[in-house]
Amino acid sequence: MTTGTSEARPGAAVAPQAPTPSGAQAVALYERMLLIRRVEERLRDESAAGHLPGAVHLYIGEEAIAAGVCAHLTDRDYATSTHRGHGHFLAKGGDVDAMMAEIWAKAEGICRGMGGSMHVADLSKGILGANGIVGAGLPIATGAAFGAKLDGAGAVAVCFFGDGASNQGVLMEALNVATLWQLPLVLVCENNTFSEFTPSREVTAGAIADRARAFGMPTEEVDGNDVVAVWRAAGAAVARARAGGGPSFVEAHTYRLQGHFEAESFVLSGGRYREEEEVASWRDDGKDAIARARAYLLASRAADTARLEAIEAEVARRVDAAVAFAEAGTPADPGLAETLMFAPEEG
Amino acid sequence: MARQRLLQAVHDAVAEEMARDPKVVAYGEDVELSIVGDLRGLHEQFGHDRIRNTPICEDTLTGMAVGLAAAGYRVIVHMMFSNFFYTGMDAIANQMAKLRLMTGGQMSLPITVIAGYGAGAANAAQHSDAAYPPIMNLGGLNVLVPSTPADAKGLLKTAIRGRNPSFFLEPSGRGGELGEVPDGEHLVPFGSAAVHREGGDVTVVAIGRMVKPALAAAELLAADGIEVEVLDPRTLVPFDEAAVLASVAKTGQLVVVDEARECCGAASQIAAVVAEHGFPLLRGPIRRVTNPNVAVPYAPIAERRVIPGEDRIVAAVRAATGRDQAVPA
Ligand SMILES: Cc1ncc(C[n+]2csc(CCOP(=O)(O)OP(=O)(O)O)c2C)c(N)n1
Repeated sequence: MTTGTSEARPGAAVAPQAPTPSGAQAVALYERMLLIRRVEERLRDESAAGHLPGAVHLYIGEEAIAAGVCAHLTDRDYATSTHRGHGHFLAKGGDVDAMMAEIWAKAEGICRGMGGSMHVADLSKGILGANGIVGAGLPIATGAAFGAKLDGAGAVAVCFFGDGASNQGVLMEALNVATLWQLPLVLVCENNTFSEFTPSREVTAGAIADRARAFGMPTEEVDGNDVVAVWRAAGAAVARARAGGGPSFVEAHTYRLQGHFEAESFVLSGGRYREEEEVASWRDDGKDAIARARAYLLASRAADTARLEAIEAEVARRVDAAVAFAEAGTPADPGLAETLMFAPEEG
Repeated sequence: MARQRLLQAVHDAVAEEMARDPKVVAYGEDVELSIVGDLRGLHEQFGHDRIRNTPICEDTLTGMAVGLAAAGYRVIVHMMFSNFFYTGMDAIANQMAKLRLMTGGQMSLPITVIAGYGAGAANAAQHSDAAYPPIMNLGGLNVLVPSTPADAKGLLKTAIRGRNPSFFLEPSGRGGELGEVPDGEHLVPFGSAAVHREGGDVTVVAIGRMVKPALAAAELLAADGIEVEVLDPRTLVPFDEAAVLASVAKTGQLVVVDEARECCGAASQIAAVVAEHGFPLLRGPIRRVTNPNVAVPYAPIAERRVIPGEDRIVAAVRAATGRDQAVPA
């Protein structure tokens, strides 16, 4: 790939030599996406029913990005995530039971109930955490990539962040340091066209990907609802990073189907920031990431309808089991904050 | 024993720990030539993978420390002046101080942040703060403010070997105080105050660079028959409450000397702790001698006035003993 050029706009034709996931890989991508979708739908319902203690920011509509990127990662690779982080956590191999227990504020939660929805992390899987501070993952991932580079063992760090986060100054700082030090860092901007309740175009000058191009960073724009396109772009970026070729930038164009967070209608109290028709158009099978992945599996004969139904049933079972696990959990230890701030120095 | 400047002791602590553990990595703005002097020569000694210059981007430097520590390294971030904590504050306050709890204890962050602090070099307000109170307020960060070269070395080595984020404050400019540093392995534990001078009349708790004027004041007061106990907490987080209470139990009087501003400063915190837990021990009000709640002015004559000096400490101690009427000029 040429440095600093736009490789693929949404819908652009794919080069004939572009790699294609095997049938098994394509099915695995779909399974991961569907798990994320069904988990998020369940959280939407549980939130509406008042069963969750805190706010949840759902990833519905954006599943192809987390799945397509994380398919190239192993547990020794690092990822930082955002307030909208359930999808990244699950795609990077986080345990769905432990995540749900965390959201339910249970002791069995992946963070023992001390982090919650916006902060799910699993260090043993290289998941450095979802983060409530918009843009905070950028320097953290840069630091992890520095560590990976010093280790010299081919690990990479991926930073997921939004179009809103792109307006934080730390993006420029991270682009600068990562380019300068040729760090194995993959910056994945999930441009879902909204920063909370503000359309991105109202607060963002120029094209976000151009910010990376200005540093001479290999940059690719993809249709973020096309899991194969994301998988390809991320595959090239991760391979480059592993091989010592330095950082890359992927801007994935997508759309946030849910509100900024569940129950946003309460805070908006009638205020509007987008039209229902626009949302509906993105729910359409021609645009929705899950529907398109399903169509791809059928068209490429990676799976038939019977297989798809079996996957659907298995995912439903996983989600039910995770919710049951969370509900049956022990309440978080209320005294942990007093003992957990510092690591014990002995031992 | 070797007689050293405080900044030489800092250098030796970092050099020894970098030699001891290959996972110790240091970075910061201009650390390679180290105009501050404390890291001079380490780049030649350890090379670019162990210590390197960074761009000027404090929020990224503090945030990177978190990622690098999570990736298994022991990170030393040199931030030059403590005023630059403010520009690096997000990752300090929202990440470093919180992620251990927020991850349910999964993350340990062995990060040592080194920064110069304090006024007196006509650097004006943006390079003269003693910016540790906001760090103390965060809850998950150790705060180390040594006054002697030996303590500087011992505390810094403990910090670098530790498993938690620590902020190490060194006096800005002029290399710091001279003092004896023990030979060989020298570690100072956190949360253990040092008594620099014993006395039964008034306890003076002095922080960092304030120990020197406190000792000078104690000397002057001794000539008048007032015996001052000068106690140096050495670390503000964790804080050796027991040592201060034990001294106050003896003297019944407390003066706290701090170069940070009065409002919500370290002196205020210490005063509150003693008022709350040692009220029956006190025979009079606690007195704070601190920078006033102003920006540090540039003109040396104006600057000198805001930094607590011997004269203000003497006056506070005299007031505590009820002998403030008899002050000679
Ligand atoms: C530093 C900071 N500023 C503001 C917020 C409040 N906030 C939370 S999410 C958000 C919008 C983020 O937009 P984007 O990065 O595009 O992510 P998206 O929500 O679209 O996934 C804002 C402003 C925050 N959490 N952190």
